Amino acid sequence: MINQADTLFVLLSAAFVMLMTPGLAFFYGGMVRRKNILSVLMQCFVALCLLSLQWILFGYSLSFAPGTGFWGGLQWFGLNGVGAQPYAGYSATIPHQAFMVFQMMFAVITPALIIGAFAERMKFAAFLVFTLLWATFVYDPLCHWVWGEGGWLRNLGVLDFAGGIVVHTSAGIAALVSTIIIGKRKNLKHTPSPHNLPFVVLGTALLWFGWYGFNAGSALAVNGVAVNAFVVTNTAAAAAGLSWALLEWIRNGKPTVFGIVTGSIAGLATVTPASGYVSPISAMIIGISASVICFIAVAVIKPRFGYDDSLDAFGVHGVGGILGTILTGVLASKLINPAGADGLLYGNPKQLLIQLLAVAVAVTYTFVATFIIYKLVDIFFRMRVNEKDELVGLDLTQHRERAYTILE
Amino acid sequence: MKLVIAIIQPYKLEEVKEELYKVDVNLITVSEVLGHGRQKGITEVYRGAKETGNLLRKIRLEIAVNDDYLDRTIKAIVKGAKTGETGDGKIFILDLKECIRIRTEERGSIAIG
Repeated sequence: MINQADTLFVLLSAAFVMLMTPGLAFFYGGMVRRKNILSVLMQCFVALCLLSLQWILFGYSLSFAPGTGFWGGLQWFGLNGVGAQPYAGYSATIPHQAFMVFQMMFAVITPALIIGAFAERMKFAAFLVFTLLWATFVYDPLCHWVWGEGGWLRNLGVLDFAGGIVVHTSAGIAALVSTIIIGKRKNLKHTPSPHNLPFVVLGTALLWFGWYGFNAGSALAVNGVAVNAFVVTNTAAAAAGLSWALLEWIRNGKPTVFGIVTGSIAGLATVTPASGYVSPISAMIIGISASVICFIAVAVIKPRFGYDDSLDAFGVHGVGGILGTILTGVLASKLINPAGADGLLYGNPKQLLIQLLAVAVAVTYTFVATFIIYKLVDIFFRMRVNEKDELVGLDLTQHRERAYTILE
Repeated sequence: MKLVIAIIQPYKLEEVKEELYKVDVNLITVSEVLGHGRQKGITEVYRGAKETGNLLRKIRLEIAVNDDYLDRTIKAIVKGAKTGETGDGKIFILDLKECIRIRTEERGSIAIG
């Protein structure tokens, strides 16, 4: 039975989530040097175009068709049989296509998150091929395991409300792998300052806004779980943003704009898997842990190991996603969502073990598969631009455009 | 005293700075300028239509040096900026009449370094 309110809610949520990819483009675009901002905007935008089509053709089928426990198969190739009727396996109250398009926006933003790791040095053609292969061979299978009907991790009872594993852990680990293989940017004596911090703030605002659709929309219905997800999403973002700023204030003497927005994003990423299962007070704990742990990842661990995760795709999304998935196993409560499960604090230590297993599986699979895809594309297309192109900037060398003029 | 003005490729700034630091020339002024010499430059595209003949982005360095520092300054700039291709830029050398450090009001050679 189709419920009109639910359908409207899910469609609007899909539109919210769509806006996150351009939001991410500004979030990342503001951080790079000004000779590379267009390349980042372009990579995000082309991900929206490319993966929208991939999803319709076969991505949705690979991810969500019943298939086996390991992949969805091609039963729903080209949206065959995915129409206006609800599909009870996912939601009995909205048209199947509404669910499909909502999930499409997740499939778009996840590969786009990885951009932060290799920003300012990847060749555009190689990026296109890498993104298509990664979406098909990493995102789609992982999505099926965790969310797809019959998916083996879903059957184990893993809790991932809106994508802590599927979106943030997978993108974060892929970011770590690709930043290690591609190597550091040239001529960096020190980390370059963001060329346009207001863009980073604008991007954060769009992401925060879109995240209501991401998390609350994942309830797929206008109900208490959706409202709770909305509230805890906001709460975690607020707690993480504020605590990151305080951490900086104590450690470095001044709270920064860049810090408060980074913290907010870390909080949003971390609360994502938990958002359908935890209380607002738990969300504060999640937000504060997110900023402390991600702060350590970005400000202590990264400099120590010396990898050049340009825009902290791993440090914020990967670390946040893993942390959030584990904390879900601690703080989840059936009082919030009877369809969920209790976590460790509510007397069910088994849930924490399931969460840890799922994280281990996602990390291992993503690590290995991303490595193979990267190396394969590298053989045929050379992932990295040549040194001169990198120094001149990707905007001019990859797209023959520049973002800013002087004088005229 | 001489004033060295160098026009270089923007992407060569880091290397030129590095070379200058190596020979102990630390006091430089950098500005972004537009111009072109013989270089046709990188063609930009405007919604699919190619546009050529735009002024190109360059970096201008201004360095005031005492005479005994002139040679090494020029060598450092050339070393950092030269690729051998059109568009590497130019160096102009002007006689410098006076130099005054505002903070101390010192004048001449001592004010430069």
